[in-house]
Amino acid sequence: MTTSLGTLRPPVTADDHVLGDANAPITLVEYGDYECPHCAHAHSLLPRVRKALGARLRYVFRNFPLTEIHPHALHAAEAAESVSGHAGEKAYWKMHDTIFDHQRDGEDALEDEHLVQYAQRAGAPPNDVASDLESERYEPRVKADFMSGVRSGVNGTPTFFINGQRFEGDWTNPSSFAAALEEAGR
Amino acid sequence: MTDHSTILPAGTPAPAFTLPSTPDQSVSLEDFRGKPVILAFYPADWSPVCGDQMALYNEILPEFHKHHATLLGISVDSAWCHSAFARTRKLHFPLLADFEPKGEVSRRYHSYRAHEGTSERALFVLDGEGIIRWSYCSPVGVNPGADGILEALEGLDAASSGTSATPSTGAAR
Repeated sequence: MTTSLGTLRPPVTADDHVLGDANAPITLVEYGDYECPHCAHAHSLLPRVRKALGARLRYVFRNFPLTEIHPHALHAAEAAESVSGHAGEKAYWKMHDTIFDHQRDGEDALEDEHLVQYAQRAGAPPNDVASDLESERYEPRVKADFMSGVRSGVNGTPTFFINGQRFEGDWTNPSSFAAALEEAGR
Repeated sequence: MTDHSTILPAGTPAPAFTLPSTPDQSVSLEDFRGKPVILAFYPADWSPVCGDQMALYNEILPEFHKHHATLLGISVDSAWCHSAFARTRKLHFPLLADFEPKGEVSRRYHSYRAHEGTSERALFVLDGEGIIRWSYCSPVGVNPGADGILEALEGLDAASSGTSATPSTGAAR
């Protein structure tokens, strides 16, 4: 009945946030939470992994905010989506990096006020992002990401999928993580 | 140690139990007759990761409720330990203490790890009649996620709409 346990669904679509070539042989999808310290750790390691694989890897980020334990995670995800909506994907990734870089600045690092400042720095109109947060405009998008993660077998954050299969190994060592990705591309 | 293949399988009537849900309250399985029940046996409170299994299910509760299902977490931790854990993690579903006699209910579901003295990481979805309709035992270190539970609940919905449709079709003019 559950032969599909741990299989990414839906697969990567045009609505996803993607870094890298659409034709890359290796796709790494991360389900993450902007307030999760493990996700910030993964974010700090990913440049090394991406560098090791170069053009063979494309990387996709989907939202998986655990709102009961991380009260700012939902709005942080909505703010990133809002930046994408108003200023495009380049700005989205800048916002994405900025949120993780500032995650541990202090208790209020991910309050709306700061999220709007990060959005402005990423090149999005701050008032529009603020009003999107107020109206929860991007909540359905974030929740859709979350449910796709649940259906794919995401079991905590971060959860990675390599070419559609949940990765059960250790991502905290960039060289062994890169090796696992290489293996998938063979 | 329990062999992973030996937890009670689908089709088995779920063994009855009454367990403490707080230091002064208890819950009986039969209280939920008529609606699906999810039993999530797990090894221990206070697992150190973000979004552990219980935190994940806490987020997904609204989805379980769409299927009118009740979620019960069960481990051998005491009711006091459970209440501290639930408060800290803001859990909105009961955690039952399989504490005295230790692990007795877990054993009845063939979901006890005698060497470790903890429950397995085992999931059961029961229908409204109290029959196990799906069960799954995860390696103890692997959080099984929720996709299997949701598929099982959807299967129950399909089956019950099927059975309720049959008599009404039969009785139709």
